[in-house]
Amino acid sequence: MNRILALIERDLRKLMRSPTLIVVSMIMPLIQLVVLGYAFGGKIHDLRVGVVNQDHGMPTVKLREMCGAIAANARTFETTDYTDLQRALKDLRDGRINGVLNFPPDYSRRVLAKDAPQVALIEDNTDNFAVGALEGGFGDIVGAYNQGGAAPRVSSGVTLSVVELYPYVPYIQYLLAGSIVMAIFVSAMIGGGIIYIDDKARGLHEGYLVTPISRLELILGFNLSGAIKAVLAGIILTTVGSVIAGIPNPLDPIRLLKLMVVIVLTSLALISMMFLLMVRVNDPLVPRATFGVLNTLLYFPSGAVYPIYGFPPWMRAIARVDPMTYAVHAFKALLLKNTSITAISGDLAFLAIFTLVTTVAETALFKRSL
Amino acid sequence: MKPIMTPQEPTPALEVEHLRKCFGNFCAVDDVNFSVAHGEVFGLLGPNGAGKSTLIRVLTTLLPPTSGVARILGFDVVRDADEVRKSIGVIPQAMTSDLDLSAMENMQIFAKLYSVPRERRIKVAHELLEAVDLLAWADKPVKNFSGGMRRRLEIARGLVHEPRIFFLDEPTTGLDPASRVGVWEMLMRLKKERELTILLTTHYMDEADKLCDRIAIVDHGKLVALDSPLKLKASIPGNNILEVGFSRIPEGWLQTMQSLPDVLDVKAEDHVFRIGSDNGPNTTVALMEAVHRAQIAVTSLSVQSTSLDDVFMHYTGRQLRDSLQDAAPVLFPGMGQR
Repeated sequence: MNRILALIERDLRKLMRSPTLIVVSMIMPLIQLVVLGYAFGGKIHDLRVGVVNQDHGMPTVKLREMCGAIAANARTFETTDYTDLQRALKDLRDGRINGVLNFPPDYSRRVLAKDAPQVALIEDNTDNFAVGALEGGFGDIVGAYNQGGAAPRVSSGVTLSVVELYPYVPYIQYLLAGSIVMAIFVSAMIGGGIIYIDDKARGLHEGYLVTPISRLELILGFNLSGAIKAVLAGIILTTVGSVIAGIPNPLDPIRLLKLMVVIVLTSLALISMMFLLMVRVNDPLVPRATFGVLNTLLYFPSGAVYPIYGFPPWMRAIARVDPMTYAVHAFKALLLKNTSITAISGDLAFLAIFTLVTTVAETALFKRSL
Repeated sequence: MKPIMTPQEPTPALEVEHLRKCFGNFCAVDDVNFSVAHGEVFGLLGPNGAGKSTLIRVLTTLLPPTSGVARILGFDVVRDADEVRKSIGVIPQAMTSDLDLSAMENMQIFAKLYSVPRERRIKVAHELLEAVDLLAWADKPVKNFSGGMRRRLEIARGLVHEPRIFFLDEPTTGLDPASRVGVWEMLMRLKKERELTILLTTHYMDEADKLCDRIAIVDHGKLVALDSPLKLKASIPGNNILEVGFSRIPEGWLQTMQSLPDVLDVKAEDHVFRIGSDNGPNTTVALMEAVHRAQIAVTSLSVQSTSLDDVFMHYTGRQLRDSLQDAAPVLFPGMGQR
């Protein structure tokens, strides 16, 4: 045990002298949280729509007014009148506007005759997000227009009543779980990958190997010291990130305690995975070269930035064996829903078993000689 | 070569029998036999790539041998690896002190790795840092140390568990001349105070000559000669070596050189002759007369006492200093690069 503690002591003393590891492992996830959180989290507004009115009848005026109301309030889009459809389409192709609303010449006649009147929304469908917002906005306008005057007191049709269990979750809060896992991963990557191989290349491990320390003591020493550093990064990002993302009651001690369990298990799982990947590596370039690949391969399929339900089957298969998936799920459950520990027991069990399996594998593969 | 047993001690500190370490078809250590007596300073002298470091890595349990036996204090380096590790101190070729930690922290971490009891490790660390003149620097970070200071710290660190046998792999490589002398003096003092048996590798002839009781000359993985520095020097012909270069080589010049007074041995390479002589001054005078008669010019001339380089030349057919320059940086799988 003393030998394991000696390895941990050495690593923590180094960390205190040069806390670069913690700072570096936090900077990237924090930047990601803030930039991605706000980049994807906001509602789309201020789109520009050209309106070509070839009809000029009364029904077009009503729809035109409803568009004006949206431009004034929700500001999803603002309208510009065009007299020439061709010119409006040219501006759409050149990117000056995001869509064209065209009232055909017989629009009013068809409205009055109740003969399937149509108004065209011509979109630049290279931007799915803008298209979605425009279709949503105009769909609502057309729906309201079709209802005509005041709604009946008792609806005869079926309506869907949506009940939300939790307060509105902005995207930055949705992303926080992934950012915490990313901070732990970066710390594990640097502590368990880069520093480990650098020490090996500098001959520091040769110094350890000539002492009577056992293979298991070496593995446990490296894993635990790496995990402690990853836990520190996880704790800092959980608290700072919760404040930045606006998680309600971020310092709730019971939730922090439950989060601590997830942080520790995630750190152990990721550091043992990293040591397993690097256990036979001697070239300091390898962990640096694999960092980007591993990050992409583990982070994005984990459901940190987009729900797993939207993935193709092969990506779901990666997600099923990816420890980040279970960590992200557990963090989301605690941060966004403040669930009980039982609700995430499956995630915790996976992380614990994953740690055990990778530790056994790395102990078997670790060479107690040069 | 048969193991050389030194009298007085029933069991040698270190025994090596038919030791071989191969990487594929290449044998870095090839059928090596020797033994080291208690309290002896034993040197492995040879150029880079000769197999010295591989041999020391096998003896310190860092590499398993391909065949043969090596015992430290009677413990087999394969079967009793843990007992061997407890008995030895090792200073690798690379400087491996942690730069971010202080000298005392480096000592304490290693004392813990060797399970030295708490009260003992503090006392020993102080004693050793004092012995290597680093006590005043005990709490300073190692990154501020010079190369010589770091090497001294590593020597102290290697002794923190009070081993009986001390392995040093090229302990003064990369140090300036003053630091080298400082390390030599410190090693000799520690050896005397702590009754250490030392095995060191070096490619510095003066280091081997000054420190070692016995020297094994290593070339291409084999021990080509083994004895005390004095006896090794006495084992080659002549007390002096004349190294002389000529503007041209007349016909029959080799025979002329061999017929000079007191000459025992002549080796020629291009226009340079190495002449082993029992009486350097006498042979030199006769050489000058022969040059005058042959009407050729002497382009270079040196007369030296026999050195270990001459010994190396005698046994390997080339000079150690040339071998150091020629040594190809060939690495084989598992040999480990620094």
